[in-house]
Amino acid sequence: MDIDFITQILFAAIKTGTPLLLIALGEVICEKSGVLNLGQEGMMLMGAVVGFLAAYTTGSAGFGIIGAILMGMIMSLIFAFLVLHLGANQVATGLALTIFGTGLSAFVGADVVGQTVQGFQPIIIPLLSDIPIVGKILFTHDLLVYLSFALAGLVAYVANHTRTGLVLKAVGENPNAANAIGIRVLRVRYCAIMFGGAMAGLSGAYMSLVYTPMWVENMSSGRGWIALALVVFASWRVGNIMLGAYLFGLASIMHLVLQGMGWSISPNLLAMLPYVATVFVMVIISADQFKEKLLAPKSLGKPFDPRQMA
Amino acid sequence: MIQVTPRIEPSKLMTFASPLLAIFLTLIFGSILFSLLDKDPLEAMHLLLIAPLSDAYNISEMLVKMGPLLLCAVGLSLCYRANLWNIGAEGQLLIGALGGSAMALQFVDSDVWYALPLTLVAGIISGMIWAAIPTLLKLKFNSNLILTTIMFNYIALYLLLWGVHGPLRDPEGFGFPESAIFSDATLLPLLSEDGRAHIGIIFAILLSLFAAFVLAKSHLGFQIRVFGADEAAAKYAGFNRTKLTWAVMLFAGALAGLAGVSEVAGPIGQLVPGISPGYGYSAIIVAYLGRLHPLGALLSATFMAVLYMGGDLAQIEMGIPIAVVGMFQGVLLFFLLACDFFIHYRLTLPSNSQYQN
Repeated sequence: MDIDFITQILFAAIKTGTPLLLIALGEVICEKSGVLNLGQEGMMLMGAVVGFLAAYTTGSAGFGIIGAILMGMIMSLIFAFLVLHLGANQVATGLALTIFGTGLSAFVGADVVGQTVQGFQPIIIPLLSDIPIVGKILFTHDLLVYLSFALAGLVAYVANHTRTGLVLKAVGENPNAANAIGIRVLRVRYCAIMFGGAMAGLSGAYMSLVYTPMWVENMSSGRGWIALALVVFASWRVGNIMLGAYLFGLASIMHLVLQGMGWSISPNLLAMLPYVATVFVMVIISADQFKEKLLAPKSLGKPFDPRQMA
Repeated sequence: MIQVTPRIEPSKLMTFASPLLAIFLTLIFGSILFSLLDKDPLEAMHLLLIAPLSDAYNISEMLVKMGPLLLCAVGLSLCYRANLWNIGAEGQLLIGALGGSAMALQFVDSDVWYALPLTLVAGIISGMIWAAIPTLLKLKFNSNLILTTIMFNYIALYLLLWGVHGPLRDPEGFGFPESAIFSDATLLPLLSEDGRAHIGIIFAILLSLFAAFVLAKSHLGFQIRVFGADEAAAKYAGFNRTKLTWAVMLFAGALAGLAGVSEVAGPIGQLVPGISPGYGYSAIIVAYLGRLHPLGALLSATFMAVLYMGGDLAQIEMGIPIAVVGMFQGVLLFFLLACDFFIHYRLTLPSNSQYQN
C-alpha cells in the first residue's frame, strides 16, 4: 500500500461518510429534544427523489437541494404532528414514516429511474488543497461536503455554547421542569424534528445529486438506520458523530480497500460490512448500561402531553 | 369550539373502529391521488380491493401472499405486546428461505417422505437462529433491539444473495443466480389445481389460532399481557423478563422462518434473489392493524394480501406503479395512529364537558 492509495481511501471515506454525517447531525438534535424519529430512512429517500426530480426538471442542482430540504421538512411535520399532538407512539410512527417514504419515493420516482443529472463539480480549494496528503483528503471535495463540515461546526456550537442548546437540553432531559420555567416544550420539539427532517432531506439530495448521481429505488440502503446507530455510538456528542460518520464511511468502502490489496472475497459478503460493523459497535457501546443511561437524553422516546399537566 | 378531553377509560369501541376508519380514510386518500394522476379512481379501487377476490385464481394468489404476512404478523404482535421492538421479520424470513433451501437442495433427485418435513424444520430453525442473535445481544449487551434487528435484515439480504450467487447456485443453471429447482418431494402440497395456494396458508391460520390461545389462556400469554401493560408490575410479580423475551422472540423467528421456507418450497419452488416483496416490513402494519392480536392479524393479513394482489392487478391493467402498495401501507399506518388518538381522547363541546366532569 503506497501513500496515494491511502490518500484515495481516506478521500473516499469522507465522501461516503458525508450522507451519514448530515443525517446524524439532524437526528442528534431531534434526540436531544427527547424525540426518537425512526423515519430517517423514509425522509432521506423522499429528499433523494424530490431533489433529483427538482434538479432534473429545472436543470439546477441548487433547486434540487432546496427541494430536498423542503421535502424532508414536510415529511418530518407529519411525524411531528402525530407524535407531538396526537401522542402517537414514536417507534411506530417513525416506522410508518419510513414505510411511507420508501413507497412514495419509489412511486414518484418511477419515471426517472436511470436518468442522470449534472450534479455538483468538485471545488479544489486553493492553497489548502496544496497541503501534502491532508489537502487532497479534505479540500478537493464538492460543495456539499464543505457544507457538511460547516454544519457540523455550527450544530456543535449551537448545542454546546448557546442558550438554544441549553433550552434543547432542558426539554430533552426534563420536559416537565422545562415547561414549568416557561419553555414551550412542544414548540422546541417541533423545531428539532423539522431540523432533523431538513438534514435527512439534504442527506438524500447528496445521495441522488452527488454520490451516484441518479435516482434508484431504496438507494439510501439503510443509511438512515446506520445514522441512528451512529448517534448512540457518538454518545449524543456532535464531535464524535463526525468521527463516527467517517469511520462508517471507511467500513462501507472496505470492499474496495480489500480488493485493492488483492483479496478476493464475494462482493455480497463484503457488502455486509457496514451493517456488521454497526451491530458490533452497538454491542460495544451499549454493553456499559450505566454509561448509556447517563448519556442518553432522559426523556428520549417518551411523549410529553401538556394536556395532562394542568 | 370543539375541545379535546381525555377519556377516563380507553374506548373499546374506538379500539376496533379505528382500523376500519383508517382503511376508509386511506381509500379516500387513494381516490384523490388517482384522480390527480388522471386514473379513474373507481376502476383503480375496484382493481385494488374487489378484483383480487373475484375468481378462484385471484383468490388463490391472494392466499399465497396472505400466508407469509400472517405468519410474520402473528409473531410481531406478540413481540410488540411484550414491548420487544422486533423489526427483523424480513431478515428472519429471508434466512428461513436460505436455510430451508440449503436443506431442500440435498433432496433434488430424491422423493423420500421426510424431505419436506426436514426442509420446513431447517427453515424454522434458521429463522429462530436469526432472531436469537439480536435477542442475545439485547439480553447480554443491552444493545438496541430495533437497530440490531434492522441491521440483521440487511445482513440477511446479502447472505441470501451470497448463497444464491455462490454455494447454492445451480451448477447447471448457465450462471444464473438461481438454485436448482426443488424436487416435488420438498414442495408443499397445493390446496387445489386452480392456483399456487398451498397448505402453508393452513399452517399460518392454525398457528395464529394457537398464538391467540396462548395469549388468552396460558401463563406465558398472561405474562406477555402484563409486561405490555405495566413493566414494573410484571417485575414485582416476579415474572422473568429474560425467559419471556427468549420465548417471544424465538416464536416470532420460527414463524418468520416458516414463512420464508414456505415461499421457496411453495410458489417459487427454488431459491431466487427476490424472495420477498417486503413481507416482513408490511407485517408490522398488519400487526398494528390487527390490534396486536393474532386473530386481528388474521383479518388484517387478509386485507393486506388483497391490497398486494390488487397492486399487481392495477399495475397490469392501468399501469399504476406497484410502489403504490408500499405508499398506501404507510398512509394506512399514519391514519391508524391518528385514529388511535381517539381511544384515549374524545371531542366534546365545552358546555357539555363541564357537566360531565
